Amino acid sequence: MSKVRTIGADVWKHKTDKVSLELFTLMYGSIVSQLCDDFEHDYTKVNQQLDKMGYNIGLRLIEEVLAKTGLPRCHSFRETADAVTRVGFKMFLNITPQLGNWSVDNKQFSIIFPPGTNPLVEFVECYDERARRELWYSNILAGVIRGALEMVQLSCETEFVSDVLQGAAQTELRVKIIKVLEDEVPQGEE
Amino acid sequence: MSVSQSALDYLWIEAVPLTKEVSEILGHKDNINEEIFYRIEKHGFNVGKGLAYLLMREQTQAIGSQLDVIKFVCKDLWQLLFHKQIDSLKTNHRDAYVLIDTNFTMCQRMSSNKGPEKTAEMAKPYLWLPAGIIRGFLHVMGIECRVDFDAFDLPLVEFSIFI
Repeated sequence: MSKVRTIGADVWKHKTDKVSLELFTLMYGSIVSQLCDDFEHDYTKVNQQLDKMGYNIGLRLIEEVLAKTGLPRCHSFRETADAVTRVGFKMFLNITPQLGNWSVDNKQFSIIFPPGTNPLVEFVECYDERARRELWYSNILAGVIRGALEMVQLSCETEFVSDVLQGAAQTELRVKIIKVLEDEVPQGEE
Repeated sequence: MSVSQSALDYLWIEAVPLTKEVSEILGHKDNINEEIFYRIEKHGFNVGKGLAYLLMREQTQAIGSQLDVIKFVCKDLWQLLFHKQIDSLKTNHRDAYVLIDTNFTMCQRMSSNKGPEKTAEMAKPYLWLPAGIIRGFLHVMGIECRVDFDAFDLPLVEFSIFI
């Protein structure tokens, strides 16, 4: 547990090449706005594509996480949630979002970004009214987490339930763990 | 403020299949490659424009001649994008510039088992991004141009600017 608390910050400090946040958000902003144009502001489709793009990234990004951190297997969903925020978010985006709203069975939780802490929206402006209701601007993150967790045998559902850009007090990404996928053990091995 | 290089890499790498899929959904099946190039270049153009405003805000001295602007691309813009400078700059002293990066960061780890020619072909969509960034940056600086590239000997990449 203590390793999870510090290793994200260690990797960020010592093992990470960095680029300017502006460059990153300009690229992401261009992708989102192109999708809005392409799908003529059908935000359901835009959200889907952002989620899918993130999912594909998540499938690959987990390899880098494991290689750089040597993170041990998590023994509870609470540990997993800690690893997502303190290791995953820290080593890629240099933020540590908060965790909260745990369900009684500990299988659902929220990743919470208080205003001003989500780097993806740092320079977002000119938001139209419908987008304010329907577009989940940071939906790529939902996909990344789902993809990455699936690679460590956790099948889950992820969705944004509120967003500062939509006028909410905080941005909240809900994670529901559906099931633990069975490890596929090659024949002849225990 | 900064984020990890990998986070950015994942974005621009995944932008290509995303663009391909969206182009297919929109029914651009016949000219799919042109459509991908056009869209990726446009992303570059947007990023380049944004970076120009950003860099100019921090720039205290005016940049004078056309050549000075190109030199700024080779040094400052390249530094911001790729943590290095362009290795050599050629020009006909009129309207064409060639920027040579002998070890282009984006392509250092690109390889395939299909031979150099095919690999260069596969790298193409990704390279429209920096080409677009250069064009977008120069657009803000008042220079309208076309930017092309040669990538037959990766990771060496030549960007040609025609004004």
